[in-house]
Amino acid sequence: MRARVFITPKKGVLDPPGKAVEHSLHALGFGEAHDVHLGKYIEVSLALTDRARAEQRMDEMCRKLLANGVIEDYRFEIEE
Amino acid sequence: MRWGVVTFPGSNDDHDALYVVQHILGCDAVGLWHKDRDLKGADCVILPGGFSYGDYLRCGAMARFSPVMESVAQFARAGGLVLGICNGFQVLCEAGLLPGALIRNRRLRFVCDHVRVRVEEADTPFTRAYRAGEVLAIPVKHGEGCYVADPETLDALEAHHQVVLRYVDVSGRATADANPNGSLSNIAGIVNRSRNVFGLMPHPEHACEKVLGGEDGVRLFGSVVATYATRSAPSGVSVAPGH
Repeated sequence: MRARVFITPKKGVLDPPGKAVEHSLHALGFGEAHDVHLGKYIEVSLALTDRARAEQRMDEMCRKLLANGVIEDYRFEIEE
Repeated sequence: MRWGVVTFPGSNDDHDALYVVQHILGCDAVGLWHKDRDLKGADCVILPGGFSYGDYLRCGAMARFSPVMESVAQFARAGGLVLGICNGFQVLCEAGLLPGALIRNRRLRFVCDHVRVRVEEADTPFTRAYRAGEVLAIPVKHGEGCYVADPETLDALEAHHQVVLRYVDVSGRATADANPNGSLSNIAGIVNRSRNVFGLMPHPEHACEKVLGGEDGVRLFGSVVATYATRSAPSGVSVAPGH
């Protein structure tokens, strides 16, 4: 199984890199772009076969290491 | 007293801290490797500046899981004195020993500069040799020093007098211009509720000799020595262990 993890800045937490990219998009004429946020994308292969177990383990990994709950949100997708 | 200074792979201010406590304060000090579980009798543990584990994932995120940090967390929970400088502050936040987090500087630039900080609390084991309100000149050098926390946490920090240092201008005012990284409420350093764990972004170990531009950092280390003397004296006041 393979997990794809998406980590994004929590709503309301300062996101200086996101702001900088938004400004650059505006400078390039993409005025319609707003609420730009930079996050992380992580791929993890899992030596598991049970989907529920994989979800539970990925959730633990996210909480313990991959994301910092003070400043980040996470979600993941699991592929067979 | 004996100081312990942790070296993680990527620490780079560990020897600067050792130099200050050994050669300027004349204390006993021991280096602690990240794989050590034994704190070797240290009375105060310093988590130094640097880029532990290459700052991979998030600053301080990996260091938190090193063997030495298990012992440091235990030591802190038992009331032991822990001082986290720069990357050490980030490690303490990641480890949950201090609230909040440190993110990219608001202006997205690495800052390497002399800044001024105001001592907000002289009633901590790390600042007792200062006067409350005193303005210190201490250098900073970091890319991720913007302190953030949710509004409830910030309120609690203020209510419990846990904000120890704030960035200020030369006249001691906490203005936006005096804030090198965009930290909320100009926060430069905080203690935990039981006041035995202190994290700060500025580098007091780089402000301990005139030849390096100033000596305002010496009394921070001196405060710990004075605290230790009080704690270990038979009639001394002992600080209650806390989380």
